[in-house]
Amino acid sequence: MTFTAPVLSYTLLSPILILLGGALIGVLVEAFVSKALRPVVQLTLTLGTLMLSLFQVWRIRGEQSLTPAMGSLVIDGPAVLLQGSILVIAIISIFLIADTEHFTPLAAALPGSAEEREAAQAGNQVTEVYPLTLFAVSGMMIFPIASDLIMLFVALEMLSLPLYLMAGLSRRRRLASQESALKYFLLGSFASAFFLFGAAYLYGFSGSITFAGIRESVIGGSGNDVLLLIGMAFLSIGLLFKVGAVPFHSWSPDVYQGAPTPITAFMAAATKVAAFGAMLRIFYTVFANAEWSWTPIISAIAIISMLLGSLVAISQRDVKRMLAYSSIAHAGFLLSGIIALNKAGLDATIFYLFAYGVATVGGFAVVTLVRDSSGEVTDLNRWKGLGKRSPFAASAFALFLLAFAGIPLTSGFIGKFSIFSAAYENGATAVVITGVLSSAIAAFFYIRVIVLMFFTDAVEDGTAVEIPSILTRATVVISAVITLVLGIYPAPVLDFITDLAIFIR
Amino acid sequence: MNAANYLYISALLFTIGAVGVVVRRNAIVVFMCIELMLNAANLSFVTFSRINGDLDGQVMAFFTMVVAACEVVVGLAIIVTIYRSRRSASVDDASLLKR
Repeated sequence: MTFTAPVLSYTLLSPILILLGGALIGVLVEAFVSKALRPVVQLTLTLGTLMLSLFQVWRIRGEQSLTPAMGSLVIDGPAVLLQGSILVIAIISIFLIADTEHFTPLAAALPGSAEEREAAQAGNQVTEVYPLTLFAVSGMMIFPIASDLIMLFVALEMLSLPLYLMAGLSRRRRLASQESALKYFLLGSFASAFFLFGAAYLYGFSGSITFAGIRESVIGGSGNDVLLLIGMAFLSIGLLFKVGAVPFHSWSPDVYQGAPTPITAFMAAATKVAAFGAMLRIFYTVFANAEWSWTPIISAIAIISMLLGSLVAISQRDVKRMLAYSSIAHAGFLLSGIIALNKAGLDATIFYLFAYGVATVGGFAVVTLVRDSSGEVTDLNRWKGLGKRSPFAASAFALFLLAFAGIPLTSGFIGKFSIFSAAYENGATAVVITGVLSSAIAAFFYIRVIVLMFFTDAVEDGTAVEIPSILTRATVVISAVITLVLGIYPAPVLDFITDLAIFIR
Repeated sequence: MNAANYLYISALLFTIGAVGVVVRRNAIVVFMCIELMLNAANLSFVTFSRINGDLDGQVMAFFTMVVAACEVVVGLAIIVTIYRSRRSASVDDASLLKR
């Protein structure tokens, strides 16, 4: 028996390989570098790795290949765009993660125990978050470019497992943080079990684990449709869970609230890009010819996600929970881009993902700034009069809220406009009408928060706005600039996306 | 023996696992039920591999086992931490995050 060595195109895989290499070096840094040096070494290493990877993504932007890794991965325009978005979001989130205030000094110590106090006094930090972030980012980079079921499953777990851990590392309210980790983990694994079972049935349907093989069977229509339907349904459950669409959303408010805010920012933005990237590839290429069977269900999920997300967000009193419900609504808006199933829908979804991701990181960055003596203040009532206390934080937050609401001159407007017009083109009128209606509902509570911040008198309760560290300020400023530029002058980015975003099969 | 029977067993195992996740209250047991679901998927993969007469499904089963092992490491770490701070691994007790 002869053994054929696999042929890998290292240039095309380099963004992912760089990230994995950086993550492994990060693990070694944990073992060999002194405690005092570790934070700065880890931050430099992580940032350098992400930048280098982004640079490589930029260099391979025009390339197309079905076989960068023996047909397990595929590199094409959407792949490059999604990978670039994930990296940009990761870079601006790393600035937030670098703020040590958010993480417990010693994850293994009991909350409130003597060990914890000692670790805090000794100035310990969980610098493990940096390699964990890099592992999660590399999983996210693989997820949208996977082109067989094995890679898809491994990437899904690779992006999830570090996030489960990081959700439990909060410095304040540690019990709630651990609880959110438990919920995220149990529900996440539950969803991946469904995902895997679906994958098994797709394999049974087509006799192939590659997307190309499954696609051929879907087009040929020779296989057993029951297997295809079970497979599609269960696989979609796994993906819809990751994006937090109704009815698979129950984890997201709890996890958004309990997890350390920088991790919430990173997870909310980057996971959405990765999971929607994978959904785009799967629904636009593999299942495109079985449109009749999934469009009605995905439309229904999009409609209830938009409505439920917007309606429940109105009654939220906690800013992180409010943003969580708003992200559920946004999952619905993004699903209308999947339903569109045309070139315009693909372009619009990629643009929307990037714009929404950046604004989300910015929004949570502002949340990290509003604190009192016991940590972050997430109760909306105590955000009253923030505009007077800190015009910088309040106006940045107002900008991000306007972007979420889709008000003109922000990136959100361009995103919503293009995604809804793409869906309308494909005849998804009901989805578009619900989308516009729920945008109006959503605008109500976003603007209520703005009114609360600027036109309500402050109550003296010790809520203060931290003077932002340079890194956090960088996150807020970069996100705000991107949000504005994409809103005022989106043409170059839109053209860039339109030129590149073509799936190869 | 008809290979389809293994698919029925696998579907049954998967259902038992899914029901277990929903009705059981101990985080460890819930987690075991999830593992049962993963193994049910594995059984399906291997059965389909046999029906299709190729090895892809068996390869996938190996990957699933490795991934499931990683999940155990992360999962038990989280559950043990919760147990140490609360002296309970019940998922009902973990209810701080409510409105």
